[in-house]
Amino acid sequence: MTIQQERHVLVVFPHPDDEAFGVSGTITTHIQQGTPVTYACLTLGEMGRNLGNPQFATRESLPEVRKKELLASAEAMGLTDLRMMGLRDKTIEFEDDEKMVRMMTDLIEELNPSKIITFYPGFAVHPDHEATARAVVRAVRRMKDRPTLHGVAFANDTLEKLGKPDVVYNISEVREQKMNSMKAHISQTAWMLEEMEHKLQQGDTETENWLTQERFYNYRWDEDFEKSF
Amino acid sequence: MELVEVKKLQVQLDAFAGKDVYLHLETTNGSYASHFNKDFFNAGAFIRNVVINYELGKVVGDSPHRVGLKLPHGWVYAQGITHYELDEQGRLLLAGHDGTGKLAVALQISETPFSY
Repeated sequence: MTIQQERHVLVVFPHPDDEAFGVSGTITTHIQQGTPVTYACLTLGEMGRNLGNPQFATRESLPEVRKKELLASAEAMGLTDLRMMGLRDKTIEFEDDEKMVRMMTDLIEELNPSKIITFYPGFAVHPDHEATARAVVRAVRRMKDRPTLHGVAFANDTLEKLGKPDVVYNISEVREQKMNSMKAHISQTAWMLEEMEHKLQQGDTETENWLTQERFYNYRWDEDFEKSF
Repeated sequence: MELVEVKKLQVQLDAFAGKDVYLHLETTNGSYASHFNKDFFNAGAFIRNVVINYELGKVVGDSPHRVGLKLPHGWVYAQGITHYELDEQGRLLLAGHDGTGKLAVALQISETPFSY
């Protein structure tokens, strides 16, 4: 599936590194095609549990480490509009829901994106992911002319309940940028990258696909996750 | 951070006794625990920047250690502490890291508030 030209793409995720795994290839491609991309990252992943062995950070110094990694990931993708929204890791679901919708609405009104990428509510596993997805969907739901809304879903019951992703991009041409985006978040990805390397050497097709394809679901407004808010 | 040496850490704990200090206490299994194992019962707790004043602080046991703070009307304690550090801002950071380096528990005290 070809990645379409867009007016502006807005990406909203809660943690530094959320963009790396699922969408950094898509982001890179949009940028290479001349589409402006904004990544709003809601927290600095302050509660990350990987502090290294041997340790490279404490609970208090981790945010600075992860901020630098986020900037490095943006550079790897060629992204120039990175917004750090100042919320705290693992607290998003406890924020005032209307305030969260307002934050998303403000971004949308400022940037006027033709496409928004976030998590798919109900299928995003982490409470921060779910809260982010809810806020984005609620903000977009209120719009008269809704932009395309692509959700990333990876809960265990995704295939069973949503079926196969209806948007699959071939991102093999920017595989290196994707790899560099993941490597930029080394404090959280070191262990995973090591395992990935091992699987790639064994010719594991699932891992290979992961580096060459990115999958999304068009948000199903006819099966909206809530009636109204 | 360095591995806890009971005597050294005890000196640090004593230094904060009887003062109003900001507390950070957390314990967690990570948000993905139940994603990777649906039978896993995922519990955790997080407190940050609550002010306490303890009359007695004590580190006990072999590593991983237990650390308890006795308050005039209550208690704070953490289990699984392996490392500690008095950081450059004079904050006492205690942490329990599992075998892979993941943070499992943190107990931190400071005379000034921790950042947001």
